[in-house]
Amino acid sequence: MSLLELKNVYKIYGELHALDDVSLTVEKGEWVSIMGPSGSGKSTMMNIIGCMDKPTKGEVLLDGVDIAKESKKNLTNIRRDKIGLIFQQFHLVNYLTALENVMLAQYYHSMPDEKEALEALERVGLADRAKHLPSQLSGGEQQRVCVARALINYPEIILADEPTGNLDEKNEEIVVELFHKLHDEGTTLIVVTHDPEVAEVAQRTLVLRDGKLSKEIVNEHFTGKIRFDDQNPF
Amino acid sequence: MFGRMIRGTLVRQWKKMLMIAFTIALGASLASAMLSVMLDVGDKVNQELKTYGANIKVIPKEASVLSDLYEVEDGNAGRYLKEDELGKIKTIFWAFNIVDYAPFVNAKSTLDDGSEITVVGTWFNHHMDLPTGESLDAGVASMRSWWDLKEGSWLDEQAGESADCAMIGAEAAKKLGVGAGDTVNVSGSSADKQLKIVGVYDAGGEEDSEIYCTLDTAQELAGLDGSIDSIEVSALTTPDDELSERAAKDPSSLTVAQKEQWYCTAYASSICYQIQEVITDSVASPVRQVADSEGAILEKTQLLMVLITILSLIGAALGICNLVTASVMERSQEIGLMKAIGAHNGSVSLLVLTEIFITAIIGGVAGFFAGFGFAQIIGHSVFGSAINMRPMVIPIVAVLVVIVTLIGCIPAIRMLLRLRPTEVLHGR
Ligand SMILES: Nc1ncnc2c1ncn2[C@@H]1O[C@H](COP(=O)(O)OP(=O)(O)O)[C@@H](O)[C@H]1O
Ligand SMILES: [Mg+2]
Repeated sequence: MSLLELKNVYKIYGELHALDDVSLTVEKGEWVSIMGPSGSGKSTMMNIIGCMDKPTKGEVLLDGVDIAKESKKNLTNIRRDKIGLIFQQFHLVNYLTALENVMLAQYYHSMPDEKEALEALERVGLADRAKHLPSQLSGGEQQRVCVARALINYPEIILADEPTGNLDEKNEEIVVELFHKLHDEGTTLIVVTHDPEVAEVAQRTLVLRDGKLSKEIVNEHFTGKIRFDDQNPF
Repeated sequence: MFGRMIRGTLVRQWKKMLMIAFTIALGASLASAMLSVMLDVGDKVNQELKTYGANIKVIPKEASVLSDLYEVEDGNAGRYLKEDELGKIKTIFWAFNIVDYAPFVNAKSTLDDGSEITVVGTWFNHHMDLPTGESLDAGVASMRSWWDLKEGSWLDEQAGESADCAMIGAEAAKKLGVGAGDTVNVSGSSADKQLKIVGVYDAGGEEDSEIYCTLDTAQELAGLDGSIDSIEVSALTTPDDELSERAAKDPSSLTVAQKEQWYCTAYASSICYQIQEVITDSVASPVRQVADSEGAILEKTQLLMVLITILSLIGAALGICNLVTASVMERSQEIGLMKAIGAHNGSVSLLVLTEIFITAIIGGVAGFFAGFGFAQIIGHSVFGSAINMRPMVIPIVAVLVVIVTLIGCIPAIRMLLRLRPTEVLHGR
């Protein structure tokens, strides 16, 4: 069974088809990039996969559960237990330290555990910044705190919506390096990006256009494993 | 974690929280001031009425029936109270609460010029040696202490030469052109008298056109030896309550135990009842006008205070509503994030409510003390006395603060519940 499966998913706002008959499958441990112009429905799709929104039509199977049919409360629980979120604008709580921001995710998941939270910060190379407030950290460091927060509860899938959109090249590299590590550890990654360089490193890149999946590019250099079913080869 | 977050918001949004605390303090201070004044002044006025004493008027039964039937005051229908029973009033169960009393007899008389005048016989400072060994000087000298003496002095019954002496009202004195030391000739239905004026008084009422003299003198004028028209009694009484009101309506409706309790409490009605027991064929009833009108004004004042309190609380609720909503709106991203990383509506609401309630407690306590200060100011400037703190005010104000704060939080909480993380997390 695939970890994630979208079957003929639509998201319709009035006349606008933000997602128009999207079907895709993501296997456990896969690293998928999503590209597309602004307004093509990338965030809409991430919100649906991230259990923050429901499709107008279609099935979204996460671990075999159709999240399109779950209650709001269950969606919160699924999100809490299985999904790690990373945003373009970081979204750290600005009066909590880096460490406390990581612990906040533990707090809503189960129990805050300072030692574990500190280990997560260590993994993103920020152990020495644990007591700093977000305002005392650079953009790259803030995004690394967000990565630590996303991975603290061992999610099955990490969803990153333009995680490097606000970062300079150097920090972009650091974050991509962190994704590599997570991928090596077996975490499933779905990363939305405008940046071809960031997209390239994934195993697979999906291109959205006007709410439709228009292209699927497989990175042959990644592992050499190809699964290919499209009519529009790259 | 929870505490750390609460502290974080309180510190970061301290200006807003201060405003919320201030709004609550304002509402709480008005509520506690009004409540303190209301609870305390009610008792104060009652106490004052009690120490002023209720006046009880005793009249013959026949007269009472007649005046009830025909609503006429004149003519005691040939029935009188007996003078020799007067001493018995100081023998009733509540004798010690009877501070003063005086009999009255009216002698309709004519003056030299043929005009009519009422000559009232009464006690001025009548001395009594009581069976208990005590003595009492009773009469109008103390019961009408508000009379303004214009000339001369009060008639002194104990000075020996009091027979045929009299005091005259200011209006009558002016009409007759007499003053202290002059004499006035009056002729009653059975005797003529030359009264020696010892004093002129201004009572500010119908007494000003009357002449007051000793009981004996008036009885001789009217030929009513040993009879009196009415008695006025000044007694210390316990304020009426439900039991006394029921007893006043129908004493037979009480159980034996209740009747006992009523009889042994110094209600105006039980004292009246006991006076009737010792004065033959009499009807004793409290003169209530003063007490009642004061009570009515007090009730209206209290109603006004309740209205002020309610309005100020509504104002506070509206103010809180605005401030809390603004605070939640300002934090919508943070709240969206918490929901996104797995916080349920309940825990986010709890967080916001806890912050607001901590603020509310601070504001409420400050407001309570400020309100106590206001109460003193109101007490001194309006009622002329300090306001005692009633412990009851604390829980009432606490409950009001909680209710007002909760109501004020409703719109913000509704907004918070509806807030979807997707709306705030992706900068569209
Ligand atoms: N809540 C919404 N109401 C109406 N239209 C929306 C809403 N959310 C997204 N859209 C529209 O859906 C389309 C896709 O949006 P989005 O998924 O944010 O694009 P992307 O992330 O690819 O830039 C856009 O045209 C956007 O205006
Ligand atoms: Mg987007």
